[in-house]
Amino acid sequence: MSKDTALIIGARSDIGIAVAHSFAKEGYDIQLAAKNINSLNANKSDIELRHEVGVSLHDFDALDIDSHEHFVSLLPKLPNVVVCAVGYMGVQEENERDLLTAVNVLRTNFEGPAGILAVLANRFEQRGSGTLVGISSVAGERGRAKNYIYGSAKAGFTAFLSGLRNRLAKKGVHVITVLPGFVATKMTKEMNLPSKLTAQPDEVAIAVLNAVKNKHNIIYVKKIWLLIMKVIRCIPEHFFKKMKL
Amino acid sequence: MKLGGWGRYPLIEAKIKSPTSIKELIELISLGSAIGRGNGRSYGDSSISKQNTICMKNFNKILEFDNKNGLIVAESGVMLSEIIKSFLHRGWFPKVTPGSKYVTIGGMVACDVHGKNHHKDGSFGNYIEWLEIITSDGEIKRCSRKNHSELFNWTIGGMGLTGIILRVAFYLHPVTTSWIKQKIIPTKNIDHAIEIFEENLNTTYSVAWIDCLSRGNNLGRSLVMLGEHANVLDLNPNMKNDPLIIKSKKKIRIPFNFPSFILNFFTIKIFNFIYYSLGKKKKYKLVDYDTFFYPLDYLLDWNKIYGSNGFAQFQCVLPLKEAKLGMREILDTLSFFKSNSFLTVLKRFGKQESYLSFPMEGYTLTLDFPIAKKNIDLMKKLDEITLKYKGRFYLAKDSRMSSYTLEKSDARFEKYRKFRSSKMKKSFSSVQSKRLEL
Repeated sequence: MSKDTALIIGARSDIGIAVAHSFAKEGYDIQLAAKNINSLNANKSDIELRHEVGVSLHDFDALDIDSHEHFVSLLPKLPNVVVCAVGYMGVQEENERDLLTAVNVLRTNFEGPAGILAVLANRFEQRGSGTLVGISSVAGERGRAKNYIYGSAKAGFTAFLSGLRNRLAKKGVHVITVLPGFVATKMTKEMNLPSKLTAQPDEVAIAVLNAVKNKHNIIYVKKIWLLIMKVIRCIPEHFFKKMKL
Repeated sequence: MKLGGWGRYPLIEAKIKSPTSIKELIELISLGSAIGRGNGRSYGDSSISKQNTICMKNFNKILEFDNKNGLIVAESGVMLSEIIKSFLHRGWFPKVTPGSKYVTIGGMVACDVHGKNHHKDGSFGNYIEWLEIITSDGEIKRCSRKNHSELFNWTIGGMGLTGIILRVAFYLHPVTTSWIKQKIIPTKNIDHAIEIFEENLNTTYSVAWIDCLSRGNNLGRSLVMLGEHANVLDLNPNMKNDPLIIKSKKKIRIPFNFPSFILNFFTIKIFNFIYYSLGKKKKYKLVDYDTFFYPLDYLLDWNKIYGSNGFAQFQCVLPLKEAKLGMREILDTLSFFKSNSFLTVLKRFGKQESYLSFPMEGYTLTLDFPIAKKNIDLMKKLDEITLKYKGRFYLAKDSRMSSYTLEKSDARFEKYRKFRSSKMKKSFSSVQSKRLEL
């Protein structure tokens, strides 16, 4: 019997690497995909040696939409689970000033991830099995002055995942939306995050693995974020627009 | 932020960065006064630089493993616990392990750690094939006993002051089970304990737990613990199904700083008494590797039991010839000061040939004391006794010694100072190296 395989897209991210370890620990073979993939050679041997599984490396550029079909056809095996951890926050002030920067953020968080998952979704649908996991963000739940460019792209991605789940629910393919809240990663290194609300990449990885096992639909990593976002969504716009959040 | 070692004394306001790439790491080194830090398990101030502490936690990848000879290549921030977790069930265990598995490989090199088998197998440095180290000129140098051998030899036990250790190639040791055959021998006093050690020089692992409250003829009564790796044949039938099992046991977390009066005379007395009477009943049994090697790892954050002032550990080694006399004098001094060490450990060391490593043939004693004026004075006295018997000190434990004491105890550091050219000295320093004028 051949082993299950998990494909991690955006594997250079801290969440991506942590997710790779959590699946490898369960015995999955791992496919890592990212730009300049050869710089992840050390991660490849690390995962192989710690967990005694096979790891393959695949060059992938989320923004090069034309290459997505080809990328999937080059995979040694169509994976059983795909986790897309591609994301880029940018700096809000720059995103406001410079349209090209903003477009880059929009494309990296929405167009790229949606594009590759769309291709994989079709293959999974054909096969009649598989799980697609998108790492989206609570920032997409309501636009805030602080990060609405990033947030709006994530909102798009969340809606995409929701629609995809709806479409594939009867086709044997499961779609999971992950809304991690704050996570202590390279991306948030310079931000001063409250420790009670901040998850470690490992916690996200365990949550993703559990969601795949238990076929959850939408998960928050730290439960408190479910409550926080409920409250934030309930605030009337009249007040919300004047608030500093 | 405030940084401390495992003893939580001293706590020092220091800048700390955790680089994620070699480029970032080299940039940080170029700022000068850099010191590498792993999991912060050295006791004092050796992994702290006020200006430039470099946390190596992101360099945590295992890069190569050769299952023919056990040679493993790992980045310096990998923790020993991670290596055990991944390799013990495949039949490999570190040849030398300190009393905690929550140490990084980089730290094990910098302190050249020893284990309960030092008398037979020497220190960790003996099992290193090569090291990669980033030196003051920002270059990555691979050094070994053949290439850049001076750099190699000074780095082992060099307390991180030759550069930032990046990768380490070292040998794991083949084992057939994860169990240890343990025998506990209660001894009347310190002389008796030393006799037991001398009778058991062929036993792989040995260590003694001393009841430091005993006096007179019973001074230094102790439990000598001996151990050997068990073979599959030694196991009970139900253990044989999975001889290399790694059990994950529930750990107890010490939730807050204990008020220091908890550790008064009586608590220690009771603690030692229970331990002693238990030991009398046991003769020989199988224990899992975790219980044997890492008893204190069960108590996560056990350093908090010493109260908010923190604690200092004192560890010296005395040459074989006068060890009995010297150890008796040290234990007598404890009672004179009416001070007690919560945990007192005695161990036989074998010969040690290396540039800077702590061990020498003889006996090492480890004591720990909550920080208080009385205990600081006591440790100064213990410094003097150690000097008198021509012993030396373990820098991984030190947080308070004077540069004078170090110089008197250990002529090797004079040569180390010379090796540390002015450029190296500017690039790498710790609060400890400044205190000890290294």
